[in-house]
Amino acid sequence: MARPVQEVNAGSMADIAFLLLIFFLVTTTIDTDKGISIKLPPMPEENQPKNDIRIKERNVLQVLVNANDMLLVDGQPSDIKQLKRLAKDFIDNPSKNPELSESPQKAIISLKNDRGTSYNIYIQVHNELKAAYNELRDVRARMLYGRGMEQLPESSQNEIKDFYRQVISEAEPEG
Amino acid sequence: MKLKKKEKPTPAISTASLPDIVFMLLFFFMVTTVMRETDLKVKVVVPQATEIQKLEKKSLVSYIHIGAPTETFRAQFGTAPRIQLNDAFATPSMIAEFIDKERAARSEQEIPLLTTSIKADREVKMGIVTDVKQELRKANALKLNYSSSLRTEVY
Repeated sequence: MARPVQEVNAGSMADIAFLLLIFFLVTTTIDTDKGISIKLPPMPEENQPKNDIRIKERNVLQVLVNANDMLLVDGQPSDIKQLKRLAKDFIDNPSKNPELSESPQKAIISLKNDRGTSYNIYIQVHNELKAAYNELRDVRARMLYGRGMEQLPESSQNEIKDFYRQVISEAEPEG
Repeated sequence: MKLKKKEKPTPAISTASLPDIVFMLLFFFMVTTVMRETDLKVKVVVPQATEIQKLEKKSLVSYIHIGAPTETFRAQFGTAPRIQLNDAFATPSMIAEFIDKERAARSEQEIPLLTTSIKADREVKMGIVTDVKQELRKANALKLNYSSSLRTEVY
């Protein structure tokens, strides 16, 4: 007499699958890469003459960071918490201060740091300068189109980005 | 005649399809899981920032880690911050070669889109970062990203 084929018990299959699932859930790190993007200037060519383009003093915001992470903005000791406000004032110059930039397009921010400056403060300086530009752009976007930068089509975004063109020049390292 | 309500036993919910559902989820996670490719030999806690952007194409990003060696390597390499490329400690002069290798692995159209991500510990000094930056400029790898995590409070 043929015995009936015994069915394999699949009830525990779910348990096994759950166990594996939990393992992968735990090990998965959806680590998105985020950060501050910059573009480095190309290396100057060896026999290139030192470019002597004269830039008016008022159009340059000098940001110096020393080895003790202290800031000097246009010759004045400053603080990282004030950098954004200073940068916004400098770029936009709403009060037409003769010491600050003539127009947002002419504004240049010059950054110089020491070899002993901490990386953290360097990133914070970059961050604050970027924040200054982003806030000014957003204000202009709202003024012109009544919407924030993110909701604008790309062409309008580029137009505003051109108006507040971010020019950060980092000093060539010495030695 | 009184109508008698028939008491129907509630049928048990079939769990037969549960394994299928779970397996589907399992496969999804198996496929999306990326095991860390390189073992970190340096300690990296990236700085925090507010104005961060996402890096779009992960396959077009090459990583440079900078930080103090982890405990297991401290006896051998000391505590001064070092550069790690792929799986080994490196000197700034090896970056050009590293970039060349990264470029050789990509097609020609992708080369201009290559981004270098610097994952540096917030404690390191700018000296070593500046050296790396100069090497990248020499190698003409100008798209750079300073890896940072999100900070919620704004100055």
